[in-house]
Amino acid sequence: MLRNAWIIPALPVASFVVILFFGRRLPRQGHEVGLAAVGLAFVLSLVAAAQWVDRPATLVVEGPAAEGAAEGHATLEAAPAPAGGGHGEPGAEAGAEGEAGEGEHEVEPIRAPVEREVTWYQNGPVTVRAGTHMDGLAVAMVVVVSLVSLLVHVFSTSYMHDDRRYTHFFAALSLFTAGMLIMVTSSNTLQLLFGWEMMGVCSFMLIGHWWEEKNNSDAALKAFFTTRTGDVGLLIGISILFFGAGRTFNIEAINTAALSGGMSEAVLVAGAAALLCAVIGKSAQFPLHTWLPDAMAGPTPVSALIHAATMVVAGVYLVARLYGVFWAAFDIGEGGVNPVALFGGITVLIAAALAFVQSDIKKVLAYSTVSQLGYMVMALGVGAWTAGVFHLFTHAFFKALLFLGAGSVSHAVHGFDMKKDMGGLRRAMPTTFATFMIGTVALAGIPPLAGFWSKDEILLGAGENGYGLFLLVGLVGAVMTAAYMTRCVYLTFFGSYRGHGHPHESPPAITVPLLVLAGLSVVAGFLNAPGIAKFGEWTENATVLMAGVAHHEFSVGTAAVGTLVGLAGIALGFAYYWRNLGPHRLTDRSAGARAGYRFLANKYYLDVLYTDKVVGSIKGPIARAAYWTNQKVLDGVVNAAGAMARVAGRFVYDVVDQKVVDGLVNGAGAGAEESGGALQVLQTGRLQQYAAFLFGAVVVLGGALVLFA
Amino acid sequence: MYLNQFLLLAAFLFCVGVYGVLARKNGVLVLMSVELILNAVNINLVAFGAFHATVTGQVFALFVIAIAAAEVGVGLAIVLLIYRNRRSIDLTEADLLRG
Repeated sequence: MLRNAWIIPALPVASFVVILFFGRRLPRQGHEVGLAAVGLAFVLSLVAAAQWVDRPATLVVEGPAAEGAAEGHATLEAAPAPAGGGHGEPGAEAGAEGEAGEGEHEVEPIRAPVEREVTWYQNGPVTVRAGTHMDGLAVAMVVVVSLVSLLVHVFSTSYMHDDRRYTHFFAALSLFTAGMLIMVTSSNTLQLLFGWEMMGVCSFMLIGHWWEEKNNSDAALKAFFTTRTGDVGLLIGISILFFGAGRTFNIEAINTAALSGGMSEAVLVAGAAALLCAVIGKSAQFPLHTWLPDAMAGPTPVSALIHAATMVVAGVYLVARLYGVFWAAFDIGEGGVNPVALFGGITVLIAAALAFVQSDIKKVLAYSTVSQLGYMVMALGVGAWTAGVFHLFTHAFFKALLFLGAGSVSHAVHGFDMKKDMGGLRRAMPTTFATFMIGTVALAGIPPLAGFWSKDEILLGAGENGYGLFLLVGLVGAVMTAAYMTRCVYLTFFGSYRGHGHPHESPPAITVPLLVLAGLSVVAGFLNAPGIAKFGEWTENATVLMAGVAHHEFSVGTAAVGTLVGLAGIALGFAYYWRNLGPHRLTDRSAGARAGYRFLANKYYLDVLYTDKVVGSIKGPIARAAYWTNQKVLDGVVNAAGAMARVAGRFVYDVVDQKVVDGLVNGAGAGAEESGGALQVLQTGRLQQYAAFLFGAVVVLGGALVLFA
Repeated sequence: MYLNQFLLLAAFLFCVGVYGVLARKNGVLVLMSVELILNAVNINLVAFGAFHATVTGQVFALFVIAIAAAEVGVGLAIVLLIYRNRRSIDLTEADLLRG
């Protein structure tokens, strides 16, 4: 399955085509096709994962060489493989920057990635190849994406029931899943870009699924344009790295070139900065995070799929995949402050703060997602590669769970506003309540649920790698996360019911995905718990080892602090809402608090800045310039072209058509008639005359041959 | 033995044949003149073959003889049909293709 990994993304692509063309004629409006394709993709992903874990470790990668050897060369070599040798190992020799103190331990072989490529097209000396590159990271992503997508498909069969574009919805879901799968299995940056943009288009379709309301189509446009702003960076970054790494799109080659000093510092930094723009756009990092909360206008399953497990983590995946570039460009190994960690850290805090002032349950989760994405980016920025990827992995489960839980609630109360439509739902919806609580506790990082393990690793990495500032950011973020989730749970499930009608538990198609995700939110963390499983060992690839990402032992101290701040956040929320302690109605009494609240409620005025100031100030002049250009330049050109076309047409008719063309035609007829008359004389019908011509001609030609040859 | 003698004989036969083809009115005689031309060619082929000590010329001559036999067969059949239709084998009268 690792060799034939292309089948996994091919399945949803096929399902998209089938649903698009035949969906409406199928008995279940096409959702059975989507379910089958994504379900099969999930099964195949599990097979791939099993094969990956079973795969013998044959690739020896030496990390940064021993102390003092700053120019030391690390080598990549494949040991004799006992079974099915690795295919497509990266360049045979690669240098790496030395880093002191990490070289003592034995170099352990890792699993060789399985790469398979075909030539996509050839353009001059550049051969562009398409293919799959399966390693632990790709396998983990494939499993997460197909699983969450499958559950979202199941959820949607009930949630989207009777929707007027039901079939279209499932087609878009399939294509979206395909885009993400193409991206994560890609072996080169071009194909990665392809999957990345496929997701962009599909997110536009899905967020704007109910486009009859202007809000929704605006949100879809905003999501599309904002991520496009970052995508420009991706294009530029890919181009820079293409030339920087010696005309190759191959990701492994780019990473190796970056880490071995094969690229100049300036090229590397420019490329990494451009890629960071893409990450900021796609993964909703400050300051381009504004699209994600607005994108909640889409149907809730879409939010769960796009904004929990797939599209928004594409940016995080990009950093993890091209880690060599970021590592070398921003000196991640050296501690202090670097752009990746900085943007991540800022995002953690500002998004968490915004989550406190939302009344729409999905917006709370949206800001929570932004904040957690900040965590992941920050983790990668502080050199905790495994922690960042692992947080991506666990977050996908509990955030999808929370989104789907919010969907279940809104399905019951027909609204999203926690303050107006919800409250006291824990009795009416016991399953939803229980699973939502599990998701909340997992997100708050309370052991032993999933969020605890990944968050703990991030904090540990930040602390040990010399990023003290970001350890602090992480801790504050953890308190805020726990507190706003407590608020969200209180407003939704506790207190008294404030909505209308009688809420009831959702049907099994909705609760079963919730239960599955709740189970995963409980156990997923153990995949990287010390002494239980080895997520880190499974996913770490040659790039990570070459860079020499530091590993840290599980520390009870950090774990205790992480747990305590989580509990502190919950306690704060509990005290404020249940016990009614603390400064209630502060906004009424204090002008400062009121201003702060307004600042948050207006989302730091970033939207105002973007729409009114940036867009508003340039759209007037641009419109005027465009009008002037239209009137003077374009119309002038068009009118002149029209007048000239008339003159030219008259000229062509008079001279060319009447004289030349007709002359030729008539001349041809007349010429044929004349020559026919003249030749008629020769056509006597007498055989011997013809023979005489024949022999005469032979004599003439023979004479010519003798004379001139 | 000189090659010239054969070539002169062949050239003479060829000219007699050409004269017959162009000047005779009788269809049968025209066909016979064509045979003269072909045999002039045969003499050339055999003579050159012998001169160069290869068998190719004789083989070609055999082919030409075979084809000439077939041609005469077809030609005499045509003449016979013309005679049946027009009671004459004068070629100057057969000018239905005149333009």
